[in-house]
Amino acid sequence: MHEFLFGTYPYIALSVLLVGSVARYERDPFTWKTSSSQLLRRKQLVLGSILFHVGVLIIFLGHLVGLLTPIWVFDMLGITHGAKQLLAVLAGGVAGVMALVGGGMLLHRRWTDPRIRATSSFWDIAILALLLVQLVLGMFTIVVSLGHLDGYEMVKFMAWAQGIFTFDGAAASYIEDVALVFKLHLFLGLTIFLIFPFTRLVHMLSVPFRYVTLRPGYQIVRSRRQAPRRGNEPAE
Amino acid sequence: MKVRAQIGMVLNLDKCIGCHTCSVTCKNVWTSRDGVEYAWFNNVETKPGTGYPTDWENQARWNGGWVRTRSGKLQPKQGGKWRILANLFANPDLPEIDDYYEPFDFDYDHLKSAPAMEAFPTARPRSKITGERMEKIEKGPNWEEILGGEFSKRSQDYNFEGIQKDIYGEYENTFMMYLPRLCEHCLNPTCAASCPSGAIYKREEDGIVLIDQEKCRGWRMCVSGCPYKKVYYNWSTGKSEKCTLCYPRIESGNPTVCSETCVGRIRYLGVMLYDADKIAEAANTEDEANLYDAQLGVFLDPNDPEVIAAARADGVPEDWIKGAQESPIWKMAMEWKVAFPLHPEYRTLPMVWYVPPLSPIQNAAEAGALGTDGAMPDVRSLRIPLRYLANMLTAGDEAPVAQALERMLAMRAYMRAKSIEGVQDEAIAERVGLTGRMIEDMYKIMALADYEDRFVIPTTHREQVEEAYDLRGGCGFTDGNGCSTGMSKGSLFGGSKKPLKMPAEVQ
Repeated sequence: MHEFLFGTYPYIALSVLLVGSVARYERDPFTWKTSSSQLLRRKQLVLGSILFHVGVLIIFLGHLVGLLTPIWVFDMLGITHGAKQLLAVLAGGVAGVMALVGGGMLLHRRWTDPRIRATSSFWDIAILALLLVQLVLGMFTIVVSLGHLDGYEMVKFMAWAQGIFTFDGAAASYIEDVALVFKLHLFLGLTIFLIFPFTRLVHMLSVPFRYVTLRPGYQIVRSRRQAPRRGNEPAE
Repeated sequence: MKVRAQIGMVLNLDKCIGCHTCSVTCKNVWTSRDGVEYAWFNNVETKPGTGYPTDWENQARWNGGWVRTRSGKLQPKQGGKWRILANLFANPDLPEIDDYYEPFDFDYDHLKSAPAMEAFPTARPRSKITGERMEKIEKGPNWEEILGGEFSKRSQDYNFEGIQKDIYGEYENTFMMYLPRLCEHCLNPTCAASCPSGAIYKREEDGIVLIDQEKCRGWRMCVSGCPYKKVYYNWSTGKSEKCTLCYPRIESGNPTVCSETCVGRIRYLGVMLYDADKIAEAANTEDEANLYDAQLGVFLDPNDPEVIAAARADGVPEDWIKGAQESPIWKMAMEWKVAFPLHPEYRTLPMVWYVPPLSPIQNAAEAGALGTDGAMPDVRSLRIPLRYLANMLTAGDEAPVAQALERMLAMRAYMRAKSIEGVQDEAIAERVGLTGRMIEDMYKIMALADYEDRFVIPTTHREQVEEAYDLRGGCGFTDGNGCSTGMSKGSLFGGSKKPLKMPAEVQ
């Protein structure tokens, strides 16, 4: 069971994430959107949404860098495992509280505001609830981690995550003996990956960086006569 | 010079009777769907009033349109690109649906299905969003119809800027006019500039501004970017929508639905040639009062051989050049100078223009005689204050508006002399800088307003760019997503699976 959940399931989840997202973008682009509900109710959204998004982004980047950077990079930089874990606990803790408060506001709004409730789909509510549960689990792992600040446990997760991406068949065995709350956190995280393409979460793949990087000027003109021409630049 | 053509529109407010036929036909065709019940791609406002959405003209509040920064750069008033990106999580300038109105319907079914009761059954309102009962409707489309509501609220109207407005609250001095509004299909649209996804674009061949429904991600920056508040967020599909200038009709040479059905025959459609290279400079004119003139400078004379040659070189089809020469828009905006852009100070270079309305002479009884300026009344004694119209149409510059009103009065005087007294009085025409022939042309187009004079719309030449063979069996107009109707039935990837909401039976 452990082997399936942490050795095989990650590949299922990541495959569905990848193939599902590509399929949705390709086959059903009309549904690819943020599903913003700000028009219907501004109250609680402004503060809630900003706290939630900023918190989650910090946590996401923290996990990405923390889990997938090879251990020898940290050793080379002279960052001890204990120091790295302390950093993770502190930054993750602060961002976690932000995301939890913000997400709590958003879920409360979504659940109790009649307009938002009536226009929410099942997955709009479910994905927000799942993310909050995941955040709570994540906060509990901090409590457990405080018991062993030497970073030894943390290295296990790095080995596991990097093992998954390097197709290491023994990856699951690295985290065989970690506390249950970590396992729950990992399982739910993988499940969120699994359902990602079927929810509004896909909007995070559309962060419009091109707006500030590749797009010259402000205006866009499309032409039927030839390849789209750019022009009308009123300002750079 | 980069010559492009655009279908422009002029609305002759002097003839608008405020019947809302344009709004209703537009609504029936385009926005009678879930999620856009509150949206009116075309609406008619009674002025003075705060309009729809409330106070839309006040850009100190909504931050729509463009602003010229201190360093002389032009950028959206809601912020430059980085600022817009920083506001993705929560857009501080986005109106709430209550700023438009909460859409509602009535329990009509209750009228026939109610059991025997002591009281007569009534059809009570229900929210179209939640389906719940609405005890009191606080707002609706055209809430200020025919000066509805108290003057203290209506006089928040932004166009009262610089006017001692208190006297217009008095019964004897009150005035009103109608303002039909739709997307301006601007030369320098802020909605397109604000879209982080790049989903909003201007069409090169006819200037229509559209939203690519498959590319729109619902970041909702266009809604706040548009100073006219004519981009609407569809809360059901999560995409923004706007007036399409009925492009499937325009492409086949037909007028838009609002224009076709206008019973007052106030709407005109025609081609304008413009120089795309001049847009940036014109929109960035330093003094707001010069923006109207600057926009005139962007338009190109379709009778100038040099322009014609350049237009051909830039691929403007021959019948479009001919259309531009016969364009009623060109005549009213450029030759007679009786049409003006709506709020040029937003720096969007709008392409839906307005002929200001004449109004009865103010205080005629009090003065004992008409305030006359020679043979014609003085336009400054008209009931609608000149400054009010100027605030709306020329960023406060009264002279062009006064000239337009004088020309319209001259047209009446000239034609009255001609048809009643049988005199062709060239002096009347001369005094307003026109000739008798021009006035008769004005009369034909503005007063008689025959169908073929109002709508000079060349067809789009899709045959030159598309292979008809590949398009056979296609689905024509859609909202995106292949042949879907834009109303997703629901799939693995979301979309609404709920049936259309019908009012529930009342117990």
